[in-house]
Amino acid sequence: MSTFLYCIKRGLVNLRKNWLFSIASTATIAACVFLFCLFYAVVVNVSNIAYQAETTIGISVFFNEGVSAEQKEAFKEQILEHGGVKEINYKSADEAWESFKADYFGDKAEELAEAFADDNPLAESDSYEIFLNNIEDQQAEVDYIRGFDIVREVNYANSVVSALKEMNTLITAVSVAMISILFAISIFLISNTINLAAHFRKRETEIMRMIGATNSMIRAPFVVEGTFIGFAGALIPIVSMLFLYKRAEVYLAERLSSSGQLSALADIATLIPFKEVYPVMLAAGAVLGVGMGFVVSFLTIGKHLRV
Amino acid sequence: MIEFKNVSKVYETGNRAVRNLNLKIDDGEFVFIVGRSGSGKSTLIRLLMRELKATEGTITVNGKELGRLKRSEIPKYRRGIGVVFQDFRLLNDRNVYENIAFAQRVIGASGREIRENVPEILKLTGLSAKYKNMPNQLSGGEQQRVAIARALINKPSVILADEPTGNLDEKNSEEIMKLLYEINAMGTTVIVITHSRGIVEASGKRVISMEKGTIRSDTGQAAAAQADETVPWETAEPNWGGII
Repeated sequence: MSTFLYCIKRGLVNLRKNWLFSIASTATIAACVFLFCLFYAVVVNVSNIAYQAETTIGISVFFNEGVSAEQKEAFKEQILEHGGVKEINYKSADEAWESFKADYFGDKAEELAEAFADDNPLAESDSYEIFLNNIEDQQAEVDYIRGFDIVREVNYANSVVSALKEMNTLITAVSVAMISILFAISIFLISNTINLAAHFRKRETEIMRMIGATNSMIRAPFVVEGTFIGFAGALIPIVSMLFLYKRAEVYLAERLSSSGQLSALADIATLIPFKEVYPVMLAAGAVLGVGMGFVVSFLTIGKHLRV
Repeated sequence: MIEFKNVSKVYETGNRAVRNLNLKIDDGEFVFIVGRSGSGKSTLIRLLMRELKATEGTITVNGKELGRLKRSEIPKYRRGIGVVFQDFRLLNDRNVYENIAFAQRVIGASGREIRENVPEILKLTGLSAKYKNMPNQLSGGEQQRVAIARALINKPSVILADEPTGNLDEKNSEEIMKLLYEINAMGTTVIVITHSRGIVEASGKRVISMEKGTIRSDTGQAAAAQADETVPWETAEPNWGGII
C-alpha cells in the first residue's frame, strides 16, 4: 500500500512539475474526446431521424384520374397479399385537402382557403399510405407499386433519407479525419510530457535502478502521470456533454414546437435519450482518454528502462 | 564472496577496460581499489552492479553468477549491494529522512518497516538531528553520510564506495572512512575505490592496485587481516542485528 500510494504521489508531483505540458496534453485529449462525443451524438441522431422519417412518413400512393373505388380496393388487396405491410390507410381527397390547409395556412386556414370553399383542388389526390414491417424493404416495395398501371405517383421518404444518410457519411468521414489528427497530436503530446518527466527525473531513475527498484516500480509514477492526464482529458468532455446534450434536447424540442412549419417534424426530429448515448461516450472517454494516457506513457517510458 | 575469474570487458568502441582479471574478495573484507583514471576501477564497479556484462569470464557474488542473471533478477540482486558515489547522488527535492526512506520505498517496504528502519540508520550515521534538513542545508560530509545511510538501509552484504571522500575535506574524509570501517566491523563487505594515498596507507587494509584493466598488485587478505585483528573475517553474513 505504501509503494502504491508513493507511486500515485510521485505521479501527481510529476504532473505539477510539468504543468504546462500536462495542461497541453490534457486539453488535446479533451478536444479529441469531445469531438468524438459530438460527432457520435450527431451521427447517431441523424441516423435516428432518418430511421424515424422512413418509418413514420411511409409510402404515399396516388392514382391516375378515373380509377374506380373497386380498382383501388383491388390494389389494396394485392399489396396486402404481397406481404411485408404493417399498415395501409386510405386518405380521401377531402382528408388530404383538410390536412394541406392545416399544414400551410395554420390558424387562418378557413379564411385563406375561402376561395376553394366549394372546390377541392386535391380532388384527384386520394391516396393510400403504406407502412412496412421492415424499412429495409422500402425500395423493393416502391418498385413493386410502380408496376401497377393505375398508380400515378409514389411518394416516400427516400430523398430526405438519402440526404440524411449522405450527410451522415460526410460527418463520419470528417469526424474520423479530425479525431485521427487529434489522436496523433495527443499521442505526441503525452509522449513528450512523459519524456520530459523522464528527463527531469533521470537522476531519480538512476538512483532507483542502482538501489534495486524493478522496472515496474520505476515505470509506475510515469504511468500514473499519463493515466491521470488521460483521465482529466476525458472527464472534461464527458461532463460537458452531460450538460450540452440535455440543453440540445430541450432547445430542439422548443424550436420545433414553436415553429409552425417545423412542428410536423417534432415527431421524427427528436434526439435519442441521453442515457442511451451516454454509455458510448463514457466508453470513448475511457478508451481515448484513460486508455491512451496509460498505453502511451507505458510505452514511452519503456525506452528509459534499460537495465 | 565475490569472485572474478578471467574477466574481460571490451566496450563497443573496442576499448578493453578490464583484461583477464582474477580476483577474490571474502565476506566481511575491507578492500581498497586504487589506480589511475582509465585503469578499469569504475568498470569493475559497474560489472559488480551488473550495469555491464563481462565480455569474457565469470563474476560470482554470494554464489550468484552475474552473467547468468535474468533481467528480472537484476533488481533483486542489486538490493544486496549498497552503492556510494563521490557526488552523493541525493534527491535534492527531498529531505534527509525521505532520501533514506526512498531506498526502502522503491523496493516495496511497508510504511511500518520504513518508520522503524530509517530512525535506526539515522542514528548509526549520526544524522538523527538533521533528518528534516534538505541536502543543500548539509555539509559535504553530512551529504555523504546520507548517501551511506541510503546504501545501508536495505541491509546489503556488500558496500561499493566509488571515491566516497573525493569531494570532502580531510576531517570529513576521516569521519566517512571511520563510518565505513564501523560498517565493515559489523560484517559487511566494503569495497572502496579511492585516489587518496593517505586514507589507504593509514588503514592497513587490503589494497588492490589496478593498471590498464589488470591487477598490478594486491596486498592480499592475509596482510590486511594481520593489520586489523578486529575485522570478523569468518562472518558470512553481515551482523545487522545490533543496528537495524
